[in-house]
Amino acid sequence: MISLSEVLKEYSSEVAIGPVDLEIPRGGITALVGPNGAGKSTLLTMIGRLLGLDAGTIEIAGYDVASTPSKDLAKIVSILRQENHFITRLTVRQLVAFGRFPYSKGRLTVADEKIVSEAIDFLGLGVLENRYLDQLSGGQRQRAYVAMVLSQDTEYVLLDEPLNNLDMRHSVQMMQHLHRAAEELGRTIVIVLHDINFAGHYADRICAMKEGRVVEFGTPAEILTDDVLTRVFDTPVRVIDGPNGPLAVYY
Amino acid sequence: MAETLAAPAPVGQRTSRSLGTSRSRRRYWIILSILLVLAVGFAFGLLAWDNPMPFSTSGFWRIAELRAANLVVMVIVAICQATATVSFQTVANNRIVTPSIMGFESLYVAVQTSAVYFLGAAGVIALQGLPQFLLQIALMVAFALVLYGWLLSGRYANLQIMLLIGIIIGGGLGSVATFMQRLLTPSEFDVLAARLFGNISNAHTEYLPVAIPLCIVPAVLLWLNARRLNIVSLGRESSIGLGLNHRAELMKVLFLVSILMAVSTALVGPMTFLGFLVATLAYQFADSYDHRLVFPVAALTCFVVLSGAYFVMRNIFYAHGVVSIVIELVGGAVFLFVILRKGRL
Ligand SMILES: Nc1ncnc2c1ncn2[C@@H]1O[C@H](COP(=O)(O)OP(=O)(O)OP(=O)(O)O)[C@@H](O)[C@H]1O
Ligand SMILES: [Mg+2]
Repeated sequence: MISLSEVLKEYSSEVAIGPVDLEIPRGGITALVGPNGAGKSTLLTMIGRLLGLDAGTIEIAGYDVASTPSKDLAKIVSILRQENHFITRLTVRQLVAFGRFPYSKGRLTVADEKIVSEAIDFLGLGVLENRYLDQLSGGQRQRAYVAMVLSQDTEYVLLDEPLNNLDMRHSVQMMQHLHRAAEELGRTIVIVLHDINFAGHYADRICAMKEGRVVEFGTPAEILTDDVLTRVFDTPVRVIDGPNGPLAVYY
Repeated sequence: MAETLAAPAPVGQRTSRSLGTSRSRRRYWIILSILLVLAVGFAFGLLAWDNPMPFSTSGFWRIAELRAANLVVMVIVAICQATATVSFQTVANNRIVTPSIMGFESLYVAVQTSAVYFLGAAGVIALQGLPQFLLQIALMVAFALVLYGWLLSGRYANLQIMLLIGIIIGGGLGSVATFMQRLLTPSEFDVLAARLFGNISNAHTEYLPVAIPLCIVPAVLLWLNARRLNIVSLGRESSIGLGLNHRAELMKVLFLVSILMAVSTALVGPMTFLGFLVATLAYQFADSYDHRLVFPVAALTCFVVLSGAYFVMRNIFYAHGVVSIVIELVGGAVFLFVILRKGRL
């Protein structure tokens, strides 16, 4: 379980995220949605202890993120940020292998290599694994970053817009895999999504943010209504019945 | 993971180690060997070339022994500059900074200048001796620690700001030194000027017993820290995500770097662009992110550059006083070239 209480981040006197009180139950996929600048990334990086809080507490599986040593948290929670750039000359495989650092401390075992290979194969990067990161397309690079997070093999996984730059096939594959990881391995996945229909279809819960606050939290059925989506996104949305469940139409 | 469509690479070849392919491995070892041969060649050349005594007589060895001290100084400076610059660039997350901009050199210049200013030409003599040498190192390390400690523990802990303040303080110290230099008599200035250019012959043999451990210990510690440095090079967020205490790591590395830079500067004087030149070359040569591979290449490259420059200048141009000027010129040119090519800092 991830629990936030009175979490607050004040960037300036005008821009503040929170206070947020939120309980994200264990297991399943929780989608974080909301307009640009709503505070999704801020909240996610605070949960992933990359950004300090100005007030409040965040606990993951009972561990306070502010006081638990980073090396212990690294085995519990992994996070993909919205923007990534690495200056060093790295191959895809070397990048993904960094995800094993919390366990191997840089000395990779055969078991580590196996997990790295699995993460790479899952994201369809097998043929690219010896390419340097700067020789990849945007979507391929994004998949490499996600593979690194997956190879960290943690119970809690936080992903900020992992579908960025991905084509249809890879987006669907990634969501299917995350769904299975949540289902079969009992992972708790919090994912920022911009495509509300992806959220509606794959997520178990949707958390909608707006202007720094959590404004809605519920099942996809509760969130995917004309009313709620129009209010959250400030744009007219109609929800119709699609072949695979409700479909938001907003174009 | 069943729906993988892309064919995975053949089993058995899959490894995440740096130098994973046999081609890159061969390349690395060839480059390392070339550097090693060059290093040994220049070292031998500096010891034996132009030795007036016939080979393997006792006179030959006596002269070689005298020159060997210079060689040891070069090894120390090479290890210090190379290790410090590579580590510093990693924690600064920037491949074109060099730790000398942190104000070490300005501090050295200020100390030397004020000694001559207050004590006259005798000031240079007053600064020679083991206690004075240690004091200079201590002063520089303390300066760095205060700066790092103060800037990295604040709420706005930010390496960029720290660098900026380092440069500003350095500039301030430099201006004070320049002002004092204007008031010196020409002969005093002459004495001082010799100390302000990095020069291997600035070093005194009596410093070596102290300088050697002060160089080896931090360098070995950084080498043992290489796997963590690989993580640090991914940037602050990624290293926290992977479980590093980023700030502690930063402080540790900066502390070791400041010792190395202080030893090198107190030993031979300022070498602003040497570290940069060598780190840039080392990354080209090693072609890897892995510090365990980059460190040895960098140190060897640094020694080859230093000893090669000395050998050429001494035996071909008979002008070993200008060696550091030449190195700085080349280093500065490479620096400009890299900036212009990258188009940003
Ligand atoms: N470092 C910062 N300094 C000041 N303000 C910031 C900073 N980072 C974010 N903000 C502000 O905080 C608010 C929330 O930003 P955040 O990145 O969390 O939004 P988001 O919901 O992730 O948006 P997007 O969908 O565009 O990624 C925005 O108004 C943004 O301008
Ligand atoms: Mg965002």
